[in-house]
Amino acid sequence: MALHSAIKGKLISVIGDEDTCVGFLLGGVGEINKNRHPNFMVVDKNTAVSEIEDCFKRFLKRDDIDIILINQNVAEIIRHVVDSHNSPLPAILEIPSKDHPYDSSKDSILRRAKGMFNPEDLM
Amino acid sequence: MSASDRLPIFPSRGAQMLMKIRLKGAQTGHSLLKKKADALQMRFRMILGKIIETKTLMGEVMKEAAFSLAEAKFTTGDFNQVVLQNVTKAQIKIRTKKDNVAGVTLPVFECYQDGTDTHELTGLSRGGQAVSKLKKNYQNAVKLLVELASLQTSFVTLDEVIKITNRRVNAIEHVIIPKIEATLQYIISELDEVEREEFYRLKKIQDKKKIFRAKAEKIKAELKAKGLLEEEAQASANILEERDEDILF
Repeated sequence: MALHSAIKGKLISVIGDEDTCVGFLLGGVGEINKNRHPNFMVVDKNTAVSEIEDCFKRFLKRDDIDIILINQNVAEIIRHVVDSHNSPLPAILEIPSKDHPYDSSKDSILRRAKGMFNPEDLM
Repeated sequence: MSASDRLPIFPSRGAQMLMKIRLKGAQTGHSLLKKKADALQMRFRMILGKIIETKTLMGEVMKEAAFSLAEAKFTTGDFNQVVLQNVTKAQIKIRTKKDNVAGVTLPVFECYQDGTDTHELTGLSRGGQAVSKLKKNYQNAVKLLVELASLQTSFVTLDEVIKITNRRVNAIEHVIIPKIEATLQYIISELDEVEREEFYRLKKIQDKKKIFRAKAEKIKAELKAKGLLEEEAQASANILEERDEDILF
Protein backbone atom coordinates (compact mmCIF):
# COMPACT_ATOMS: atom_id res chain seq x y z
CA MET A 1 0.00 0.00 0.00
CA ALA A 2 2.86 2.33 0.85
CA LEU A 3 4.24 2.00 -2.63
CA HIS A 4 0.83 2.45 -4.13
CA SER A 5 0.14 5.66 -2.27
CA ALA A 6 3.59 6.92 -3.10
CA ILE A 7 2.79 6.71 -6.77
CA LYS A 8 -0.78 7.88 -6.69
CA GLY A 9 -1.45 11.08 -4.79
CA LYS A 10 -4.34 11.08 -2.39
CA LEU A 11 -7.06 13.67 -2.16
CA ILE A 12 -8.29 16.10 0.42
CA SER A 13 -12.04 16.21 0.76
CA VAL A 14 -14.12 19.03 2.15
CA ILE A 15 -17.47 19.04 3.89
CA GLY A 16 -18.66 22.49 4.79
CA ASP A 17 -20.62 25.55 3.93
CA GLU A 18 -20.52 27.06 0.48
CA ASP A 19 -17.83 29.62 1.18
CA THR A 20 -15.47 27.12 2.75
CA CYS A 21 -15.90 24.75 -0.17
CA VAL A 22 -15.40 27.47 -2.75
CA GLY A 23 -12.28 28.65 -0.97
CA PHE A 24 -10.69 25.25 -0.87
CA LEU A 25 -11.72 24.47 -4.42
CA LEU A 26 -9.95 27.61 -5.52
CA GLY A 27 -7.02 26.39 -3.48
CA GLY A 28 -7.10 23.41 -5.81
CA VAL A 29 -8.26 20.42 -3.80
CA GLY A 30 -11.43 19.61 -5.72
CA GLU A 31 -11.77 16.60 -7.96
CA ILE A 32 -14.62 14.80 -9.64
CA ASN A 33 -13.89 11.16 -10.32
CA LYS A 34 -14.98 9.00 -13.23
CA ASN A 35 -18.32 8.23 -11.63
CA ARG A 36 -19.01 11.94 -11.29
CA HIS A 37 -18.62 11.81 -7.52
CA PRO A 38 -17.13 15.02 -6.19
CA ASN A 39 -14.79 14.96 -3.20
CA PHE A 40 -16.52 17.89 -1.55
CA MET A 41 -19.95 18.53 -0.14
CA VAL A 42 -21.70 21.81 0.30
CA VAL A 43 -23.82 21.94 3.42
CA ASP A 44 -26.44 24.63 3.73
CA LYS A 45 -29.24 25.05 6.18
CA ASN A 46 -31.56 22.85 4.11
CA THR A 47 -29.23 19.85 4.05
CA ALA A 48 -30.59 16.92 6.03
CA VAL A 49 -28.46 15.42 8.79
CA SER A 50 -28.73 11.95 7.26
CA GLU A 51 -27.40 13.34 4.00
CA ILE A 52 -24.28 14.74 5.71
CA GLU A 53 -23.83 11.49 7.58
CA ASP A 54 -24.06 9.40 4.42
CA CYS A 55 -21.64 11.66 2.60
CA PHE A 56 -19.19 11.58 5.49
CA LYS A 57 -19.34 7.80 5.64
CA ARG A 58 -18.85 7.57 1.90
CA PHE A 59 -15.74 9.72 2.17
CA LEU A 60 -14.44 7.49 4.96
CA LYS A 61 -14.84 4.45 2.76
CA ARG A 62 -13.15 5.91 -0.30
CA ASP A 63 -9.53 4.85 -0.32
CA ASP A 64 -8.31 7.75 -2.44
CA ILE A 65 -9.11 10.24 0.32
CA ASP A 66 -6.54 10.76 3.05
CA ILE A 67 -7.73 13.91 4.76
CA ILE A 68 -11.29 15.03 5.39
CA LEU A 69 -11.76 18.68 6.22
CA ILE A 70 -15.04 19.36 7.95
CA ASN A 71 -16.47 22.57 9.31
CA GLN A 72 -16.72 22.47 13.04
CA ASN A 73 -20.40 23.38 13.09
CA VAL A 74 -21.09 20.56 10.61
CA ALA A 75 -18.97 18.16 12.66
CA GLU A 76 -21.04 19.17 15.65
CA ILE A 77 -24.19 17.99 13.87
CA ILE A 78 -22.77 14.54 13.13
CA ARG A 79 -20.56 14.40 16.23
CA HIS A 80 -21.39 10.76 16.99
CA VAL A 81 -20.15 9.65 13.56
CA VAL A 82 -17.00 11.76 13.80
CA ASP A 83 -16.22 10.45 17.27
CA SER A 84 -16.79 6.83 16.29
CA HIS A 85 -14.09 7.08 13.63
CA ASN A 86 -10.85 6.37 15.43
CA SER A 87 -8.49 4.85 12.90
CA PRO A 88 -5.65 7.13 11.81
CA LEU A 89 -6.57 7.14 8.11
CA PRO A 90 -8.30 9.12 6.75
CA ALA A 91 -7.51 11.96 9.09
CA ILE A 92 -10.43 14.16 10.03
CA LEU A 93 -9.70 17.82 10.59
CA GLU A 94 -12.19 20.18 12.06
CA ILE A 95 -11.81 23.64 10.64
CA PRO A 96 -13.51 26.86 11.62
CA SER A 97 -16.11 28.20 9.23
CA LYS A 98 -16.71 31.79 8.32
CA ASP A 99 -19.50 32.39 10.77
CA HIS A 100 -18.49 29.97 13.50
CA PRO A 101 -15.23 30.75 15.26
CA TYR A 102 -13.03 27.85 16.23
CA ASP A 103 -13.76 26.30 19.58
CA SER A 104 -10.98 23.95 20.68
CA SER A 105 -13.07 22.42 23.45
CA LYS A 106 -15.35 20.81 20.84
CA ASP A 107 -12.61 19.22 18.77
CA SER A 108 -12.68 15.45 19.21
CA ILE A 109 -8.88 15.15 19.08
CA LEU A 110 -8.25 17.97 21.49
CA ARG A 111 -10.84 16.60 23.83
CA ARG A 112 -8.93 13.36 23.87
CA ALA A 113 -5.75 15.28 24.49
CA LYS A 114 -7.32 17.17 27.32
CA GLY A 115 -7.92 13.91 29.14
CA MET A 116 -4.17 13.46 29.40
CA PHE A 117 -2.74 16.94 29.64
CA ASN A 118 -3.98 20.39 30.15
CA PRO A 119 -3.64 22.18 26.79
CA GLU A 120 -3.37 25.55 28.52
CA ASP A 121 -0.12 24.38 30.13
CA LEU A 122 1.42 23.70 26.78
CA MET A 123 0.51 26.99 25.16
CA MET B 1 1.79 -18.61 48.46
CA SER B 2 -0.88 -20.38 46.53
CA ALA B 3 -0.48 -22.48 43.43
CA SER B 4 -2.24 -19.90 41.28
CA ASP B 5 0.42 -17.19 41.47
CA ARG B 6 3.25 -19.34 40.29
CA LEU B 7 3.87 -21.29 37.14
CA PRO B 8 3.00 -24.97 37.10
CA ILE B 9 6.48 -26.46 36.96
CA PHE B 10 8.31 -29.35 38.61
CA PRO B 11 10.86 -28.06 41.13
CA SER B 12 14.24 -29.17 39.87
CA ARG B 13 17.62 -27.62 39.17
CA GLY B 14 16.83 -27.51 35.48
CA ALA B 15 13.56 -25.74 36.10
CA GLN B 16 15.35 -23.32 38.40
CA MET B 17 17.82 -22.43 35.67
CA LEU B 18 14.96 -22.02 33.24
CA MET B 19 13.14 -19.71 35.62
CA LYS B 20 16.28 -17.68 36.23
CA ILE B 21 16.70 -17.19 32.50
CA ARG B 22 13.07 -16.28 32.13
CA LEU B 23 13.30 -13.78 34.96
CA LYS B 24 16.30 -12.19 33.34
CA GLY B 25 14.45 -12.06 30.01
CA ALA B 26 11.41 -10.49 31.62
CA GLN B 27 13.53 -7.87 33.34
CA THR B 28 15.35 -7.01 30.12
CA GLY B 29 12.06 -6.85 28.25
CA HIS B 30 10.61 -4.63 30.93
CA SER B 31 13.44 -2.14 30.79
CA LEU B 32 13.37 -2.09 26.98
CA LEU B 33 9.63 -1.55 26.88
CA LYS B 34 9.94 1.16 29.46
CA LYS B 35 12.50 2.90 27.30
CA LYS B 36 10.22 2.58 24.29
CA ALA B 37 7.30 3.98 26.24
CA ASP B 38 9.44 6.90 27.36
CA ALA B 39 10.58 7.62 23.81
CA LEU B 40 7.01 7.49 22.54
CA GLN B 41 5.79 9.65 25.37
CA MET B 42 8.43 12.25 24.57
CA ARG B 43 7.42 12.32 20.92
CA PHE B 44 3.79 12.38 21.91
CA ARG B 45 4.17 15.46 24.07
CA MET B 46 6.13 17.18 21.36
CA ILE B 47 3.38 16.45 18.85
CA LEU B 48 0.70 17.58 21.24
CA GLY B 49 2.43 20.90 21.74
CA LYS B 50 2.76 21.32 18.00
CA ILE B 51 -0.90 20.42 17.40
CA ILE B 52 -2.12 23.06 19.79
CA GLU B 53 0.22 25.60 18.26
CA THR B 54 -0.89 24.73 14.72
CA LYS B 55 -4.57 24.72 15.65
CA THR B 56 -4.35 28.27 16.93
CA LEU B 57 -2.38 29.26 13.86
CA MET B 58 -5.01 27.58 11.72
CA GLY B 59 -7.73 29.77 13.23
CA GLU B 60 -5.88 32.86 12.10
CA VAL B 61 -5.04 31.54 8.64
CA MET B 62 -8.62 30.48 8.05
CA LYS B 63 -9.86 33.86 9.18
CA GLU B 64 -7.56 35.57 6.74
CA ALA B 65 -8.60 33.20 3.96
CA ALA B 66 -12.29 33.77 4.62
CA PHE B 67 -11.69 37.49 4.63
CA SER B 68 -9.93 37.39 1.30
CA LEU B 69 -12.83 35.37 -0.08
CA ALA B 70 -15.19 38.12 0.96
CA GLU B 71 -12.84 40.64 -0.64
CA ALA B 72 -12.76 38.70 -3.89
CA LYS B 73 -16.52 38.38 -3.87
CA PHE B 74 -16.83 42.09 -3.41
CA THR B 75 -14.67 42.86 -6.43
CA THR B 76 -15.62 40.00 -8.71
CA GLY B 77 -19.22 39.43 -7.83
CA ASP B 78 -20.58 36.05 -6.85
CA PHE B 79 -18.56 33.28 -8.44
CA ASN B 80 -19.50 30.44 -6.09
CA GLN B 81 -21.49 28.44 -8.59
CA VAL B 82 -18.89 28.87 -11.32
CA VAL B 83 -16.24 27.42 -9.03
CA LEU B 84 -18.42 24.62 -7.73
CA GLN B 85 -19.38 23.51 -11.21
CA ASN B 86 -15.97 23.80 -12.79
CA VAL B 87 -14.25 21.15 -10.71
CA THR B 88 -12.38 18.53 -12.71
CA LYS B 89 -9.02 17.40 -11.37
CA ALA B 90 -7.37 18.07 -8.07
CA GLN B 91 -4.38 20.34 -8.25
CA ILE B 92 -3.09 19.67 -4.77
CA LYS B 93 -2.58 16.06 -3.85
CA ILE B 94 -1.16 14.30 -0.87
CA ARG B 95 1.77 11.95 -0.68
CA THR B 96 2.17 9.72 2.33
CA LYS B 97 5.56 9.07 3.83
CA LYS B 98 6.39 6.91 6.78
CA ASP B 99 8.23 8.10 9.83
CA ASN B 100 9.58 5.65 12.36
CA VAL B 101 9.58 6.29 16.09
CA ALA B 102 10.77 3.40 18.25
CA GLY B 103 9.34 0.85 15.86
CA VAL B 104 6.06 2.67 15.31
CA THR B 105 5.35 3.87 11.80
CA LEU B 106 3.72 7.25 11.70
CA PRO B 107 2.24 8.51 8.45
CA VAL B 108 3.47 11.92 7.36
CA PHE B 109 1.42 13.72 4.76
CA GLU B 110 3.01 15.91 2.20
CA CYS B 111 1.12 17.95 -0.33
CA TYR B 112 2.37 18.57 -3.82
CA GLN B 113 1.17 20.39 -6.91
CA ASP B 114 -0.09 18.15 -9.63
CA GLY B 115 -1.40 19.53 -12.90
CA THR B 116 -2.52 23.02 -13.70
CA ASP B 117 -4.92 25.35 -12.03
CA THR B 118 -8.45 24.56 -13.23
CA HIS B 119 -9.75 27.88 -12.01
CA GLU B 120 -7.28 29.82 -14.07
CA LEU B 121 -9.93 31.93 -15.69
CA THR B 122 -11.91 32.80 -12.58
CA GLY B 123 -11.86 36.54 -12.10
CA LEU B 124 -10.56 37.13 -15.57
CA SER B 125 -12.88 40.04 -16.26
CA ARG B 126 -12.35 41.82 -12.96
CA GLY B 127 -10.95 41.26 -9.54
CA GLY B 128 -8.15 39.03 -10.78
CA GLN B 129 -5.74 40.21 -8.14
CA ALA B 130 -8.19 39.56 -5.33
CA VAL B 131 -8.89 36.08 -6.69
CA SER B 132 -5.23 35.18 -6.98
CA LYS B 133 -4.65 36.44 -3.45
CA LEU B 134 -7.58 34.33 -2.36
CA LYS B 135 -6.12 31.29 -4.09
CA LYS B 136 -2.78 31.83 -2.43
CA ASN B 137 -4.36 32.22 0.96
CA TYR B 138 -6.32 29.03 0.60
CA GLN B 139 -3.30 27.16 -0.68
CA ASN B 140 -1.45 28.24 2.43
CA ALA B 141 -4.38 27.08 4.50
CA VAL B 142 -4.32 23.70 2.77
CA LYS B 143 -0.60 23.34 3.44
CA LEU B 144 -1.10 24.12 7.09
CA LEU B 145 -4.04 21.76 7.32
CA VAL B 146 -2.06 18.94 5.71
CA GLU B 147 0.66 19.48 8.27
CA LEU B 148 -1.93 19.49 11.00
CA ALA B 149 -3.47 16.31 9.61
CA SER B 150 -0.17 14.46 9.79
CA LEU B 151 0.35 15.68 13.34
CA GLN B 152 -3.14 14.59 14.25
CA THR B 153 -2.71 11.17 12.66
CA SER B 154 0.57 10.72 14.50
CA PHE B 155 -1.19 11.78 17.65
CA VAL B 156 -3.91 9.16 17.29
CA THR B 157 -1.45 6.42 16.35
CA LEU B 158 0.95 7.26 19.16
CA ASP B 159 -1.88 7.45 21.66
CA GLU B 160 -2.89 3.92 20.75
CA VAL B 161 0.65 2.57 20.81
CA ILE B 162 1.49 4.25 24.12
CA LYS B 163 -1.54 2.66 25.69
CA ILE B 164 -0.53 -0.78 24.45
CA THR B 165 3.09 -0.32 25.55
CA ASN B 166 2.10 0.88 28.99
CA ARG B 167 -0.21 -2.06 29.36
CA ARG B 168 2.64 -4.40 28.49
CA VAL B 169 5.05 -2.67 30.87
CA ASN B 170 2.55 -2.94 33.68
CA ALA B 171 1.74 -6.55 32.88
CA ILE B 172 5.42 -7.51 33.02
CA GLU B 173 6.05 -5.48 36.14
CA HIS B 174 3.03 -6.56 38.13
CA VAL B 175 2.11 -9.99 36.81
CA ILE B 176 4.90 -11.78 35.00
CA ILE B 177 7.90 -10.85 37.15
CA PRO B 178 6.15 -11.57 40.50
CA LYS B 179 4.93 -14.86 39.10
CA ILE B 180 8.41 -15.93 38.03
CA GLU B 181 9.85 -14.77 41.35
CA ALA B 182 7.24 -16.75 43.25
CA THR B 183 8.04 -19.80 41.16
CA LEU B 184 11.74 -19.35 41.86
CA GLN B 185 11.04 -19.06 45.58
CA TYR B 186 8.95 -22.18 45.43
CA ILE B 187 11.63 -24.09 43.55
CA ILE B 188 14.32 -22.98 46.00
CA SER B 189 12.26 -23.97 49.02
CA GLU B 190 11.42 -27.34 47.50
CA LEU B 191 15.07 -27.95 46.62
CA ASP B 192 16.11 -27.00 50.15
CA GLU B 193 13.65 -29.44 51.53
CA VAL B 194 14.94 -32.20 49.26
CA GLU B 195 18.46 -31.37 50.37
CA ARG B 196 17.53 -31.55 54.04
CA GLU B 197 15.84 -34.87 53.45
CA GLU B 198 18.92 -36.14 51.67
CA PHE B 199 21.17 -34.95 54.48
CA TYR B 200 19.00 -36.61 57.07
CA ARG B 201 19.01 -39.83 55.06
CA LEU B 202 22.79 -39.81 54.82
CA LYS B 203 23.10 -39.20 58.54
CA LYS B 204 20.76 -42.07 59.19
CA ILE B 205 22.80 -44.38 56.97
CA GLN B 206 25.96 -43.31 58.73
CA ASP B 207 24.40 -44.05 62.07
CA LYS B 208 23.30 -47.47 60.91
CA LYS B 209 26.73 -48.22 59.56
CA LYS B 210 28.31 -47.13 62.82
CA ILE B 211 26.05 -49.48 64.73
CA PHE B 212 26.86 -52.36 62.41
CA ARG B 213 30.55 -51.65 62.65
CA ALA B 214 30.39 -51.48 66.43
CA LYS B 215 28.61 -54.79 66.49
CA ALA B 216 31.19 -56.42 64.22
CA GLU B 217 34.00 -55.02 66.30
CA LYS B 218 32.45 -56.30 69.40
CA ILE B 219 32.12 -59.81 67.99
CA LYS B 220 35.70 -59.69 66.82
CA ALA B 221 36.89 -58.54 70.20
CA GLU B 222 35.00 -61.33 71.86
CA LEU B 223 36.54 -63.90 69.54
CA LYS B 224 39.97 -62.43 70.18
CA ALA B 225 39.45 -62.70 73.85
CA LYS B 226 38.69 -66.35 73.44
CA GLY B 227 41.97 -66.81 71.51
CA LEU B 228 40.51 -67.92 68.23
CA LEU B 229 41.82 -65.16 66.15
CA GLU B 230 45.27 -65.08 67.67
CA GLU B 231 47.10 -66.79 64.75
CA GLU B 232 45.47 -64.67 62.18
CA ALA B 233 46.57 -61.54 63.88
CA GLN B 234 50.10 -62.89 64.32
CA ALA B 235 50.34 -64.13 60.74
CA SER B 236 49.59 -60.79 59.28
CA ALA B 237 51.91 -58.96 61.64
CA ASN B 238 55.02 -59.17 59.52
CA ILE B 239 55.30 -60.39 55.96
CA LEU B 240 59.07 -61.10 56.19
CA GLU B 241 58.74 -63.43 59.11
CA GLU B 242 56.13 -65.35 57.29
CA ARG B 243 57.62 -68.52 55.97
CA ASP B 244 56.22 -70.11 52.94
CA GLU B 245 56.46 -73.84 52.61
CA ASP B 246 59.04 -75.05 50.13
CA ILE B 247 57.68 -75.69 46.80
CA LEU B 248 58.57 -79.06 45.36
CA PHE B 249 58.16 -79.94 41.74
